[in-house]
Formats: sequence, C-alpha cells, structure tokens
Amino acid sequence: MELLAIIGALITLAGSIFLLLGAIGLLRMPDSYNRIQAGTKASTLGTILSFAGILLIMPGWWGKLLVLIISVIITNPVSSHVLARAAHYMGVPLTKTTLVDKYREEEEYIAVKDQNNEST
Amino acid sequence: MVETILTIAAGIMLLSLILSIIRFIKGPCYTDRVISFDVMTIASLAIIATVAYLTQRIIYLDIAMVYGILSFLGVLVVARYLERGL
Amino acid sequence: MQIKNILVATLIGFIFWVLLNNTLDPLILAIGAGLALILALLFCARCNVFSELKVTPAAFGYTFLYLGVFLVELVKSNLDVASRVITPSLPINPGIVEVKTHLKSRMGRMILANSITLTPGTLTIDIHEDTLYIHWIDVQTEDKQGATEKIVRKFEKYLEKIYG
Repeated sequence: MELLAIIGALITLAGSIFLLLGAIGLLRMPDSYNRIQAGTKASTLGTILSFAGILLIMPGWWGKLLVLIISVIITNPVSSHVLARAAHYMGVPLTKTTLVDKYREEEEYIAVKDQNNEST
Repeated sequence: MVETILTIAAGIMLLSLILSIIRFIKGPCYTDRVISFDVMTIASLAIIATVAYLTQRIIYLDIAMVYGILSFLGVLVVARYLERGL
Repeated sequence: MQIKNILVATLIGFIFWVLLNNTLDPLILAIGAGLALILALLFCARCNVFSELKVTPAAFGYTFLYLGVFLVELVKSNLDVASRVITPSLPINPGIVEVKTHLKSRMGRMILANSITLTPGTLTIDIHEDTLYIHWIDVQTEDKQGATEKIVRKFEKYLEKIYG
C-alpha cells in the first residue's frame, strides 16, 4: 500500500515537471501557433499524470478523478483548436522560419465565395 | 514521504503558473494572452487536486471540475469574439 | 435511429452521474436515470450524432486498442516536444500542411481531429469536407500524400474499424 502511494507521488512529480516544460515552451516559442503546441499540449499530459498519481494514492476518489481526466481530455483539444483558428482568422503572423501555409489559400477562396454569395 | 514529494510537486506547478503569468503580461497579441490563461487554468487544476490530497478534502475536486468547465467556456467565448465578433 | 441516439446519450449521462455520486443507493440511481433521460430528450432529440455509432463486439475491442495506441503516441510525442523545448537552439521548422481523411461519419472525424490535436507537434486548425489543415511543428514533407501517411494513417486505421 505504502509502495503504491510512493509510486503515485512520483507520477504526480513527473506531471508537474511536464507542466513546467509546457510553461517554459510558452515563454520560448516564437509565435502563437507554436505557443499553443508547446503550452497547452504538454500541460495536458502533465495534468493527466498528476490526476493519475492522486488516483494511485487515494483509490477511494476514483470516480471524481476519472471524470476530471475525461473532461480534460475532451475540452482541451477543442479550446486549442478554436484558439488557433481565431488566431489565423485575425491574421496573427507566423514566424519567419515557417515553411508552408496551405491554409491561407483556402481561407481566401472561402472569402471570395462568401462575397459572391452576398452580391448575388 | 508522500507528503514531501507532493509538496515539491505543488511547488513546481506553482513555478509553471508564475512563468505563464510572465507570458500573460508580455504577450504581443490577444491570442497569446488567452493561451497563457488556458495554461494557467490547467496548471491550477493540477494544483487544486494536489492540495485536495494534502488537506484530505474531496470537495476540492468538485471545485476543480467546475473551474475547468467554466474556463473552457471562457476560452471558447473569447475565441469566438476574436474570430467574428459577438 | 432516433431511439438509439437518445439511449446512448442517456447511458453516457447516467455513467457520469454514477461516477460523480460514487454510491449504489437505489434511490439516487433512479433519480440519475430519470435526469439523464430528460436531458437526453431535451438536447439530443434533434442532433443525431450518436446514431452513427456501431455497437458490435469488434468495435468495442478496437476502441480499447485505439485508446492504447493513442496513449502511447501521446507520451512519445510529448517527450519529443519537451526535448525540443529544452534544447537551447530551439530546433523547430513549423508550417501548415493539408491532409486527407477517408472517414465519412462526423463523430469519427471529430475524434480524429481531437486525437491529432492532443498529440503535441500537430494541431488541427480547420476541417473542410475531407481535408484537414494541420499546423505541424516539424514539417518533414509538404506534399499532401506524404503528410497524410505520416500524420493521419496511424489513427485512421483503427477509427475506420470503429466508425466506418
């Protein structure tokens, strides 16, 4: 029992280190999209790991911790996707080393189509 | 033993919260600020869960749940506003 | 079709109620079942998302297999991005590529897009018909076919079995 608790505590510690790496990535990355990549994703795994560690320490709390893990897994990708689309729509610039931007052509195509629909 | 490791873990989480506050203040455009707000929320969810064990109160987990859902809605509303206005 | 949709939504709501309450008291279970049915009737009567779900033993098996594959990918790519973050020279070459998916159902596409977003290094920006626009932190190939092979294929071969 004691061994399981110590393993759980170490998993929580690993999760907190992932959270710290996510925050460092948030500071170091050059543009918004890369910040979303480094920030929200690494911290998702960190949070899941720390909930799993608490789950190993206190097995009696499994119901609420499971609901928390599921809600983090469902809500997090949605919010980062919505933020990325809003940033691209606002015209937040990509960093200088970016290789391709296939999405901009598509966006211009949609804009032209909308204008045609409004004028007719 | 377990309490010591968990206290260190909570300290590291707090450090990541402080680092994302720096990005929140510096961030050149709105989306950067919303991203760092999102990261701060996720880090505080982990802190709340750890503190719930350290004080032995299961009710804190309900607070974490409600906080997570509310901040998700907040991010959605702000992103939608930035995209095409309310 | 409509009945199956409402039943699946009720089941999901009921499971969440049991997880939150953490008891097996018959009165509380009855209240939860009633509430879940009312909420499913209110919110899922018109949007028929769950009616595309296949309920067969094979689909169940592949769901668990998919969860395992997904967790392994999650940890692997997290370590990859973490090592990029702490390298002093910051070795990234980002870009937005387009990939194609074979999945037809909306539920399958949503789960595919969310899985791509959750594995760090790739981020779904938009989905238009069967084309996904993905921000990739380390662009290895700009070509549509090659990117599809590299990003989508590993998830899609399981999701095809589950959602068709």
